[in-house]
Amino acid sequence: MALLEIRNVTRRFGALEAVKDVTLAIEAGEFFTLLGPSGCGKTTILRMIAGFDEPDAGDILLDGRPLTGIPPEQRPLHTVFQSYALFPHMTVAGNVAFPLETAGKPRDEIRRRVGEALALVYLTDKAESFPHELSGGQKQRVALARGLVNKPRLLLLDEPLGALDAKLRVEMQSELIQLQRDVGITFVFVTHAQQEALALSHRIAVMKDGRVEQCDEPDTLYTQPANRFVADFIGKINLIEVAVAAASKVLLTLDAPGLGQIAATDLRPLKAGERGAFALRPELVRVFGHKESADLKNRFEGRVRELLYLGDVTHYKIELANGFVIEALMPNAAPGRAKFHEVGDPVAVCWRHDAGVFLRA
Amino acid sequence: MNAPGTRPTRWLVTAPPTLFLLVFFLLPALIVVLASLRQPGEFGGLAPLTGLADLGAEAYRFLLDDIVYAEIFARSFVVAGLTTLICIVLAYPLAWLIARSPQKRRDLLVLLVILPFASNFLVRIYAWIMLLGPANLLYTPAAVIVGMVYVHLPFMILPLYTNLEKHDPALLEAAQDLGASAWTRFWRVTFPLSLPGIFSGSALVFIPVLGMFAVPELLGGTGDILIGNLIKEQFLDNRDWPLGSALSILLTVLVLLLAGITAWAARRGLHGTEAVS
Ligand SMILES: Nc1ncnc2c1ncn2[C@@H]1O[C@H](COP(=O)(O)OP(=O)(O)OP(=O)(O)O)[C@@H](O)[C@H]1O
Ligand SMILES: [Mg+2]
Repeated sequence: MALLEIRNVTRRFGALEAVKDVTLAIEAGEFFTLLGPSGCGKTTILRMIAGFDEPDAGDILLDGRPLTGIPPEQRPLHTVFQSYALFPHMTVAGNVAFPLETAGKPRDEIRRRVGEALALVYLTDKAESFPHELSGGQKQRVALARGLVNKPRLLLLDEPLGALDAKLRVEMQSELIQLQRDVGITFVFVTHAQQEALALSHRIAVMKDGRVEQCDEPDTLYTQPANRFVADFIGKINLIEVAVAAASKVLLTLDAPGLGQIAATDLRPLKAGERGAFALRPELVRVFGHKESADLKNRFEGRVRELLYLGDVTHYKIELANGFVIEALMPNAAPGRAKFHEVGDPVAVCWRHDAGVFLRA
Repeated sequence: MNAPGTRPTRWLVTAPPTLFLLVFFLLPALIVVLASLRQPGEFGGLAPLTGLADLGAEAYRFLLDDIVYAEIFARSFVVAGLTTLICIVLAYPLAWLIARSPQKRRDLLVLLVILPFASNFLVRIYAWIMLLGPANLLYTPAAVIVGMVYVHLPFMILPLYTNLEKHDPALLEAAQDLGASAWTRFWRVTFPLSLPGIFSGSALVFIPVLGMFAVPELLGGTGDILIGNLIKEQFLDNRDWPLGSALSILLTVLVLLLAGITAWAARRGLHGTEAVS
């Protein structure tokens, strides 16, 4: 049985449906992420789990028991707020002790567990500091320690890294992964940063306009996006407009207007004439001189329009015969050479038949 | 080491307030101190000053010799303390409700709090005579407290409201999320964070009550006079200016002492609450 189940939950604010018929099951020990653009309903879902908001329809169950009607202070889960919401009049130790005190733990246990929690987030020497004396990253850690110290069944984190600068964010990401593994507490994490979601999560639910578009493990989301929105939202991707020309058991032939035929693999029963997009990650597109390997399948000629030299890789934008600009990411792995092609060079691109996926319109 | 140029700049910034305090606080205070050391005039006021020999501490000696003055001081401080406490208890829920109401209604409610100032102070006290008379409370210590609380309540509500309005609602949600009941949330979060508001409100109530003479005079009995009445009597009725001045100086010194102790205690006990005050 899943630790937390969200069953057909809908939440309306006036005419706006902020959350639409969402169903999710989160397993114990999981690092689960709600990912989606601003306003898609992530915070609303988190607030309903925490008890600050109630669904208009549907149920939220913890360990199989509905949470309906249980006030936030009685739910065995804690939240780490984006603004941290540290108590400014309490020391770091006082903040971390707070959930233990409200739970009525004995004094020496509180002291011991506060010490442990602060050690876990490397803040032992800041125990007697006040929040206004801490840096952003340190406040973040206090908020984490406070949320974890009473061992909740579930820790909800609403964009906890949102207020940190890029470098600190990456550092905190590694710390979060480590921390979640060490304490073994289930995390429900909210973010609109897709890279962060990919890096941290065991599973990700991608949301749009109050709906869950796809819920999968990061690599599945990345390599097999369910639709255009997910494909486009996660990472960079080329979306080529196509129609199905022929589909046998596994082999799929797609017609790209003005370009030619694309060979792909697909297990779904597709009908000829179906329209959609062929989605292809830039790092799976190979770029080479226009005279090479003329007999390959999925080989198209074009011209380099733009390139960005990024050190480890070069990011090419190549205009194909039908005007479509395809993006390709090539590692600069050959020693002694930085770039392989220049702007304006005639080149050819190519990809394996299993590199991309067909997305139905 | 001071960088060149900081000195004149600092002087420019600090000069106006220094000058203001000098002219409107220190100078009058010195005049009063001087008056307290001089002799009363034959027909009131002060006797002409002919030399240093005319100065003496008789007025202070007189005050300290008579236990009645100590009693009036003590009673005044009790009345001021009681008024402050009652004001805190009455103002807190009101300030909290105003701070919690929707933005549009808040301004209206604040306006209602200060609206009584639009009508004359004496008229409002006379209104209390009519209210307290039938209740058989007129000319009792209770009537004095009622009047004092009535007059000073807005000075407690406004600073408290200003403080409570700035509280981050996320803190209360965090406390609730971490298992705190409504009661715990109030005592562990709202109340400690509102202490700066309580302190400023208390200063604005406590100190004026000590000097207030109209309320005891109009609502209190003969035994209810406070320092304010005493000082007023020396200047207007007994025409003993040195004694009145000595009383004023004594009052000022006591209040400054009290304010100093409170500020010191507050600085030690209020760590972190500056963030919201
Ligand atoms: N209390 C409320 N009253 C009215 N509308 C609300 C309320 N709370 C949220 N909404 C609306 O519901 C939608 C979803 O809001 P929500 O805060 O869940 O988005 P989010 O995914 O967390 O976005 P962000 O990434 O910007 O935090 C938004 O359109 C928002 O305006
Ligand atoms: Mg949000």
